[in-house]
Amino acid sequence: MTTTASPAPSNRGARPGTRAHRDRSPDAPARRRRRPLDWSLAGRVAVLVVAAALTLGPVLWTLSTSLRPPADSLRLPPSFLPLNPDVTSYAQVFKQVDMALLVLNSALVTGLIAVGQMVSAALAGYAFAFLRFRGKGALFSLVLATMMVPVQVTIVPVFMLIRGMGLSDTLLALILPAIPTAFGTFLMRQYFLGLPAELAEAAAIDGASPFRIFRSVYAPLAMPGLAIVGILAFNFHWNEFFRPLILTISEQNFTLPLGLVSLQGNMGTGSISVVLAGVVLSMIPALVVFLVGQRTLRDGLTAGAGK
Amino acid sequence: MSTTAAPEKGTPRLSENGRRRQPPPAGTAPSAARGSRAMAWLFLAPTIVGMGVFTLVPIVASILLAFFRWDILSAPQFAGLANFTEITSDPTVRVAFGNTIGFVVVAVVLQLGVALGLAVLVQERLPNWLRVFFRSAFFFPLILSAASVSIFMKYLFNEQFGVVNWLLGTVGVPAVPWLTTPVGSACVVVLVYVWQNFGFSFLLFLGALSSIPQETYEAASIDGATGWRKHRHVTLPLISPTTLVASVMAIINALQVFDQPYVLTRGGPGDSTRTAVMVIFETAFQRLEFGKASAIGVVLMLLIMAVTALQFRLSKRFVFYQ
Repeated sequence: MTTTASPAPSNRGARPGTRAHRDRSPDAPARRRRRPLDWSLAGRVAVLVVAAALTLGPVLWTLSTSLRPPADSLRLPPSFLPLNPDVTSYAQVFKQVDMALLVLNSALVTGLIAVGQMVSAALAGYAFAFLRFRGKGALFSLVLATMMVPVQVTIVPVFMLIRGMGLSDTLLALILPAIPTAFGTFLMRQYFLGLPAELAEAAAIDGASPFRIFRSVYAPLAMPGLAIVGILAFNFHWNEFFRPLILTISEQNFTLPLGLVSLQGNMGTGSISVVLAGVVLSMIPALVVFLVGQRTLRDGLTAGAGK
Repeated sequence: MSTTAAPEKGTPRLSENGRRRQPPPAGTAPSAARGSRAMAWLFLAPTIVGMGVFTLVPIVASILLAFFRWDILSAPQFAGLANFTEITSDPTVRVAFGNTIGFVVVAVVLQLGVALGLAVLVQERLPNWLRVFFRSAFFFPLILSAASVSIFMKYLFNEQFGVVNWLLGTVGVPAVPWLTTPVGSACVVVLVYVWQNFGFSFLLFLGALSSIPQETYEAASIDGATGWRKHRHVTLPLISPTTLVASVMAIINALQVFDQPYVLTRGGPGDSTRTAVMVIFETAFQRLEFGKASAIGVVLMLLIMAVTALQFRLSKRFVFYQ
């Protein structure tokens, strides 16, 4: 990868990088004609294609194996493209586990966490950005500091608390502890600080109460920030495994990842296409988020690194 | 203050061209906008109460619990440092921490290396649609659940019917006992983990690379730097702040690895892929030794804090800021 030398220094117009490339598009075809094949570009693309194949291959195999008849699912050579789709496994997975209940549990838990995080982060972020109270700086540092503590370290006391509250083995045990969000609060504070403060003054002159100003003026303007909080919460908690493994006991409270892992355990190496059908179904919502909000998700995930 | 604010309110704000917005004066209207103190606490209540109950109290409780013996059934008994001396002599805990540190080193180096290499390749001259395609492809595994990924990877790495061994077989490599040997299992856990997580570091590096001005490379090439030397002397120093952040985030995440080894190997064979968090889980929820589990958790937390502290130290010494 290091031998992908860019054009020689004398070739000043063709520096790497999109802008230069795009700006010079008029003479690009001419250059291409002079040099029939750009070997450095071809070599780089070849490496990238192999990397992309290794990244997407396992997912394609999962999809096409889930669409093979269960009896064929172990047969080699493997299939990477679902050329003769067969949906037997999808019917089977609903018989093997209560797929509908798993989806419902996951949707409830994830949805309520996402909404709860959006509301609480918007309120707290707004207070940290605009409202006046004693100890603001110290409290904000404390909120940020909680981001450093991994859930695995606090899980034992959280488990005890949930038991003490009489919530063990309920969906609320998964939802309530996940609602306060340090990262979401941080993100929303930054977002509100980017909005003009004059709006609040104008609204206050018109007699709006502080809550009214938040709800009718700032919250609507902060929707893009809220979308990031919501999408991140969805992506994280839809896929979450560790907390559900500990905080739920009976199968009726399992979420999708937990249900699928236990399905794999029960099936052994039997008809793997049935398990994979479940895996594919569980990926659909994440895939929709990926297609619709990839940019939001990317920005949100990397936002933490910028501070 | 309020007297200076009053005339200002009369003049239309928009006409004040080029003048910086002033901090809201403490007059009547702005103070109404900023609310009373009680109002602020109402806004903060859901987050602060929730964090107090579900994060701060558990942290304190976890640290206290580390000095007690408690099986949840009988009353907790003060044990002094017994839990800590026990975990330092417990072979499983020692192996698990050793595994975790080894895992962190290998996985993080691999993750950052792959991510940086691919980011450099994607960032250099490339048709835009290809760049978008590769970026999406490398990002894609991040949206999947580690449990689902481990489920299908377990099939792919199966010794007899797995696709990985089938592919190796087509080039003449005999079947590798991936999940039945200690070394094989460790490799699978690392590969599956890196497969899913390199996209995150890739995005960070891509962001850093795209912010390097083209003029810098032009200046470097006038000085005769090309290819490898260009990256060694221009790219690497310029992205060093991102490299530091990306490594610290990768290390902290890798220290907490659980889902992949739990689903792929359950820590086996033997203890060969047991990690620190797996031991916390088993000590607490399978053997009901909650004090000991908390002690292991405290050690893990200290490790994570040490890495974070190191970040601040290193960023002062080695990172090149423009």
